[in-house]
Amino acid sequence: MTGITGMIVNGAAVEAGSDPDTPLLDVLRGELGLVGTRFGCGVGLCGACFVLLDGRVTAACDTPLSACEGREVVTVEGLAPGDSLHPVQRAILEEQAGQCGYCLSGIMVSAAALLAADPRPDEEAVVAALDRNLCRCGVQRRVVRAVLKAAE
Amino acid sequence: MSGDDAVTVRDDGIVLVRAGKVELGQGVLTALAQIAADALGADLGQVRILPARTGAGPDEGITAGSRSISHSGPPLREACARVRAACAAEAARRWGVAPGEVTVRRGEFRCGDLTATYADLAKAAGPGAHPGGPPVGTAPEATVNAVEAAPVYVGVSVPRLDLPDKVAGRPRFVHDLRLPGQLHGRVLRPPSPAARLRHLTPQPDLRVVRDGSFLGVLAETEPEADRALNRLRKAAEWDDRDTLPDEHDLRTFLRTGPHETVRVREPAGERPDGELRTATYSRPFIAHASIAPSCAAARWNADGTLEVWSHTQGVHPLRTALARILGLDEERIEVRHVEGAGCYGHNAADDVALDAALLAREAGGRPVQVRWSRRDELTWAPFGSAMSVDVAAVVDEAGTVRSWEYDVWSQGHISRPGYAGVPGLLAGAHLERPWTYPAATDPPERGGWGMTRNAAPIYDFPRVAVTGHRVLETPIRSSALRSLGAFMNVFAIESFMDELALAAGRDPLAYRLDHLGDPRGQEVLRRAAAAAGWGAPGLGLGFAQYKGVGAYCAAVAEVEAEQDVRVRRLTIAVDVGQVVNPDGVRNQIEGGATQAVSWTLKERVRFDRHAITSGDWEAYPILRFSEAPEVVVELVEHPGTPSVGAGEAAQGPVAAAIANAVAATIEVRVRDLPLDREAVIRAIE
Repeated sequence: MTGITGMIVNGAAVEAGSDPDTPLLDVLRGELGLVGTRFGCGVGLCGACFVLLDGRVTAACDTPLSACEGREVVTVEGLAPGDSLHPVQRAILEEQAGQCGYCLSGIMVSAAALLAADPRPDEEAVVAALDRNLCRCGVQRRVVRAVLKAAE
Repeated sequence: MSGDDAVTVRDDGIVLVRAGKVELGQGVLTALAQIAADALGADLGQVRILPARTGAGPDEGITAGSRSISHSGPPLREACARVRAACAAEAARRWGVAPGEVTVRRGEFRCGDLTATYADLAKAAGPGAHPGGPPVGTAPEATVNAVEAAPVYVGVSVPRLDLPDKVAGRPRFVHDLRLPGQLHGRVLRPPSPAARLRHLTPQPDLRVVRDGSFLGVLAETEPEADRALNRLRKAAEWDDRDTLPDEHDLRTFLRTGPHETVRVREPAGERPDGELRTATYSRPFIAHASIAPSCAAARWNADGTLEVWSHTQGVHPLRTALARILGLDEERIEVRHVEGAGCYGHNAADDVALDAALLAREAGGRPVQVRWSRRDELTWAPFGSAMSVDVAAVVDEAGTVRSWEYDVWSQGHISRPGYAGVPGLLAGAHLERPWTYPAATDPPERGGWGMTRNAAPIYDFPRVAVTGHRVLETPIRSSALRSLGAFMNVFAIESFMDELALAAGRDPLAYRLDHLGDPRGQEVLRRAAAAAGWGAPGLGLGFAQYKGVGAYCAAVAEVEAEQDVRVRRLTIAVDVGQVVNPDGVRNQIEGGATQAVSWTLKERVRFDRHAITSGDWEAYPILRFSEAPEVVVELVEHPGTPSVGAGEAAQGPVAAAIANAVAATIEVRVRDLPLDREAVIRAIE
């Protein structure tokens, strides 16, 4: 039952040939070669695979391709145009808010969505926006500082 | 550095350094680059640290135990200094001056108005300063010293070199490897540790790999591999039985032998008269719980050689273990390090490398990438062992300790590849001709111990007995998790010190200082206390010197204990000797402390009598953003003293500080981790 699923990924129209049941994450990392979105748990509980789907933070690991037909997907690679970096990405580097960095893609997607909706969030709002993202190395407070800095 | 190709200069002046240590998310490659750049007198931008591999560079064993900087720093410095000296000698020869008159800074050699670069000099300097050349080693030490310059990078917060790729989402992790013709593999683990495959219904349209009870599938894409794995699961029937202990009575399990008894301190004389105080503490099994499941790739070449890509902590020990299980000459295997997600000890990185090799053996020369599932990662990777501790102290009228007796029961903390004379890789135990692995063992004293790491108190007690009891038979796999036994032992010692201080009506900080002669320890305690505003109500203190020889660390915790226990703030003072990268040390302390808050408040591996059951983030919750405390780090600097690691210094002190803060805040003493709502209620009862 393979078909073609049309969607906009990081601003470009793409036609994905994967089975419609395929998780969006596998389409991104496999067929489309966008490996910045990470696999963490496969059931939407850790946030490593977060992308923006029509602007909403969505777990790509348990979203089937069929649900993306005609919709707009933004991954970490598409947070800023070309080789430029989103203010959140720049602030993460400035604050050195990373250790292993595996969770950062999903965290930055959550943070970018927050800033799009609320350009001047307070600390409580940042923490709430990131609470579905797990980080094991313990850089949470640095990330919060970075997101607040990005909002300045 | 043993490899003669550890440091080479390219024609364009870029200096390639083949690391013996591996990046685990801790930033070690950045710190080593700083050391190399200073020893070379080079610009940091011209130093490239190449990932470890078996076929080139030094064999530095595993990257663990907070030893990377102390272990790798000096030989790296020497190797780089030899290259610098050879180039300086070449410059001196060209300019007709004495080598001692040549200086080098930021990659520029200079004598008066004469200048040259590494690119100019390396080729002619020849010996080892150029790829393919013989080792540099002929430069006299006097020459090396003559061009020694003040450090430019060591001691400075250089940004992490690996972070820009990770922030931009560029391929960097082993999970991102896309080798030409790569297949994807999945492994079907047995339903429990004791299960053995009884029957497999043939699946002619799947590419099944079977060796005894080891089962895997190959597919062209990841989603196909996942679907194939689901079908394989339904096709497998297992002989199975219950073998696990009672999760709710680990104290009995750990204290029922057989044990190996390890005497760390033998008491001098009989226990003196005085008031006897005792307490018992415990921790459960704890999982690594890295955000990425383990992953590896492997390829069998037509000439019978095997290539492996792995986020292992040690490419050489992994190669040896693979060679033994596969019956292959070590020289025919090349293991290359590729970064994974955060590594906090012996996780499943080595196991999945064997899985990939076993699946790739059936792939007709195509490379195979294998990634574990989240459930397998949380249930099959080794755990940090559960532990139980008894401590008994005799105190005088003032409450001062006259005698201290300490017993700890635990599984071993190391089952790394090759450690106990067996390969130790998980799939080896499931093969048609299975390997039998003993229970995890422990490092000896010179390796910093395992279950008894930090069991010997730092305090000046007149009589001390410390004994470890290592469990020799267990169905639960345990191995190294950040700080090994130190997390539990420091939690127990520092909780008990607090109990003794409070029982004597003495201030916990003053009580510790009264028992402590070590001046660096005293300074760290005082600095943490001052920074935290010690004396305010509700604060808790914890302190240790990691392994008795490493970093000094004191933590002060401020908690809320209304419904759940929450840590509001941690103030931590740390002395790691000479600091290579201040922000790197802060980041390691902050991260280690935050992870320790998670271990202390939330974490516990769950199981029934059959299998481990905590296989997802709901059954094994870890700390969330809303629960992460503010962490303030005070660096207590001692320039000129040897650098020691920072990654494992804070865990034990933080756990004790939290428990002591809970006692100070709600007057409830919790001695069993995790320190969650149920533990508080049990302690009240």
